[in-house]
Amino acid sequence: MTKPPDRAEKLSSSAGSVVFDADVLVLGGGPAGTWAAISAAEHGARVVLADKGFCGTSGATAAAGTGVWYVDPSPERREAAMASREKLGGHLQDRRWMVRVLDRTYVQSNQLAEWGYPYPVDDEGKPQRNSLQGPEYMRLMRKRTKQAGVTILDHSPALELLVDGNGVVAGATGLRRQKGDRWAVNAKAVVIATGGCAFLSKTLGSNVLTGDGYLLAAEAGAEFTSMEFSNAYAISPAFGSVTKTLFYGWASFTDEQGSVIPGASSKGGRSVIARALRQGPVYAQLDQADAETRRHMRMSQPNFFLPFDRTGIDPFTQRFAITLRLEGTVRGTGGLRIIDDNCATTVPGLYAAGDAATRELICGGFTGGGSHNAAWAMSSGYWAGQGAAEFARQLGTTSRRQSFRRGTVGLRSGNARPLQGGALARSVQDEVFPYELNYFREAGRLGGALRRLDALWSDASAAGAPDEQELLRAREAAAMLATARWMYRSALARQESRGMHRRDDYPEQDDRYLHFVTTGGLDDVWTSARPLGSKQYAEAAE
Amino acid sequence: MIEVIDAERCTACDICVNVCPTNVFDKTDGIPRIARQSDCQTCFLCELYCPEDALFVSPFADAPQAVDVAALKEATLLGSYRRAVGWVEESRHLRAADRSYRLFGH
Repeated sequence: MTKPPDRAEKLSSSAGSVVFDADVLVLGGGPAGTWAAISAAEHGARVVLADKGFCGTSGATAAAGTGVWYVDPSPERREAAMASREKLGGHLQDRRWMVRVLDRTYVQSNQLAEWGYPYPVDDEGKPQRNSLQGPEYMRLMRKRTKQAGVTILDHSPALELLVDGNGVVAGATGLRRQKGDRWAVNAKAVVIATGGCAFLSKTLGSNVLTGDGYLLAAEAGAEFTSMEFSNAYAISPAFGSVTKTLFYGWASFTDEQGSVIPGASSKGGRSVIARALRQGPVYAQLDQADAETRRHMRMSQPNFFLPFDRTGIDPFTQRFAITLRLEGTVRGTGGLRIIDDNCATTVPGLYAAGDAATRELICGGFTGGGSHNAAWAMSSGYWAGQGAAEFARQLGTTSRRQSFRRGTVGLRSGNARPLQGGALARSVQDEVFPYELNYFREAGRLGGALRRLDALWSDASAAGAPDEQELLRAREAAAMLATARWMYRSALARQESRGMHRRDDYPEQDDRYLHFVTTGGLDDVWTSARPLGSKQYAEAAE
Repeated sequence: MIEVIDAERCTACDICVNVCPTNVFDKTDGIPRIARQSDCQTCFLCELYCPEDALFVSPFADAPQAVDVAALKEATLLGSYRRAVGWVEESRHLRAADRSYRLFGH
C-alpha cells in the first residue's frame, strides 16, 4: 500500500472562520489550478486549493471544449507548429518557452490518457489528443486533485493575500460563501490560477473570471505584462452564451437584407463583423459545412447546438443573429508577469499559472483559441506547483512569522458610502465592451475611457466596505476596474498595431515597439517597456 | 439561464447547489431554490450534473424566458445535454466521440 499523502492541517474552526496550515495554497480550480495543486502535492507539499465556484465546473474550460497545442515530437511538426504562430503573435514569442510548453503539454496530455481520459481514436486506430471536452476533463481533474491529497475548498473566493514582514507571501483569506463565514490559509507559497478577466460578458463559462487574482496579486506588488493584448471578442448567437469560434469558420455572414458582408469571417475577418455590428444586426449561417462536417461538429461540441436545438433553429440551413462577446484577457495574452522557469512572479512566494499569467511567451500578442491557452494551463500549472512546493521546502519552518493583510479596495471599513459592486461592474463594462473603445483603439478614445476609469477607481478606493453579502461583488468589480486600467494604459503605450491590439491611429506594426509593455499599480497605474527575452540574451552576449 | 427545477423529478440531492460555479441555487428544507437567476452564466453544467434530469437551462443568456415544463418533457429535452455528451449509461460511448481533430485547420 502506498503512503497516504500528507494533507494540509485544519488548525481551528471557530464560529465565523476556518483556518488551515499548508505549504502551498492554490487559488483557482480550473485546469491551471488543478495541475498546479497536483504538481505541488507530487513534489511533497501539503496543498489547499480554494475555488470561487466549484472545482470541476469553474472557469472557461469546464463549460466548453478546447483544442490543445499537442504536437507529436517530430522536429518538423514541432517547427511548423511554432513557426505558424509567430507572425500572428507579432514576433513577441520566445522559442525556448514554446519548446518547453510543447514538451510539457505532451507529457501532461499523455498523463491524462493514463488517468483514463477518454481520448478518441481515429480511423487508423491512432489516439487523438489535441482536443479536450471541458466537463469530462475537469471532472477528472477534480478527482485526481482529491486523490493527490489536496484539500479543496469550493465556493471559497479569496479576498486578499497575506504577506510577512519581509514581503514574502504567507497565505490568503477569503469567504466561504455558502457557509456565510471566512477562511484563512497560512501557506509558504501561493499560486494564482484564478484565470483572466472577461468582465461578466457571459461568454461561455467565464463569469467567474473577473480578474480577482490580478487584484490581490497587485495589492501585494505584482507586475503585469502584455495587458494591451486583451481585446478578444468571440462570436455567439445574439441571445446565447455559447461561443465556439472554430465552427463559424464554416459560416457565411449577412446583413439585415440578407446580403453577404464582404470580408466578414470568423478567422481574419472578425473586425469586419464588429464594424458591421455597429451599423445593424449581423446574421450567420453555417452553410459551408458539408454533411460529414456537420456530423463531426455535433459529436465534437454538443453544447454548441443547445441554443439552436432549444429554439428550433437549424444553424446549417437558417440564419440567426450573432453578437461578439468580450473575452478580455481570458483569450488575450496578458497577465501576471513571470520571471523564471517555475512561473514565479515578482513577489517572493507568489506564482502564477494559466490565464492569470501572461501567455506572451508562447503566444506573443495573439491567441486564436483555447489550444495554446490549454497547453499553457497544463504546463504553467505543473511548473508553478513544482516551483511553489520547492519554495515552501526551502523556506522551512514559519511557525513564528507574523502575517499582514494586503487587501485594499472594498475591505476598509469607514464612514464612507459602501462600495456598490453591481453598479461599478456595469460602469466598467461601459468602457470595455464597446468595439469603438476596445476592439478599435485610438489615443483620444482610450484617454477618455481612462479618465473615467481613473475617476471610478478614485471613488471606489475611498468607498467603505460593503456588507458581507455584497463583498464578493464589490471585490470582483474592483478587480475588473483595475484590469481595465492596466489594459488601456498599456494600449496607449503601444503606439502601433500588433497581434490582437489594433490602433486606428497607428494601423501598422512598428518595430520600434518590438518589446513587451509591463504595467502595474493601483492608485497610480504605470507602464514601462521591457526588451524581449531573446533580445536580452543577445545583448548580454555582446 | 436556469429556468426549471422540476419538483416531480428532483430528489433534493443538492448536487446543483454544489456544482453551480456562480452560486445560483440555495438549499432549502426541500428541493433547491433558484435564488439568484441573474447570476446564471448559461453554462449548462448544473443540467449536466443533475442525475435525475430535473433541470432545464434555457439558452437565452440575458433574459428570463417562460418555459412549459410539460412540453419540455414531451420533447425529451430534459436531460438532452447529458445524453449528448455520454454522461448516461446508454450513451457512454459518446464520451470518446470527439471529432475535433477532423475539424481543426479548416
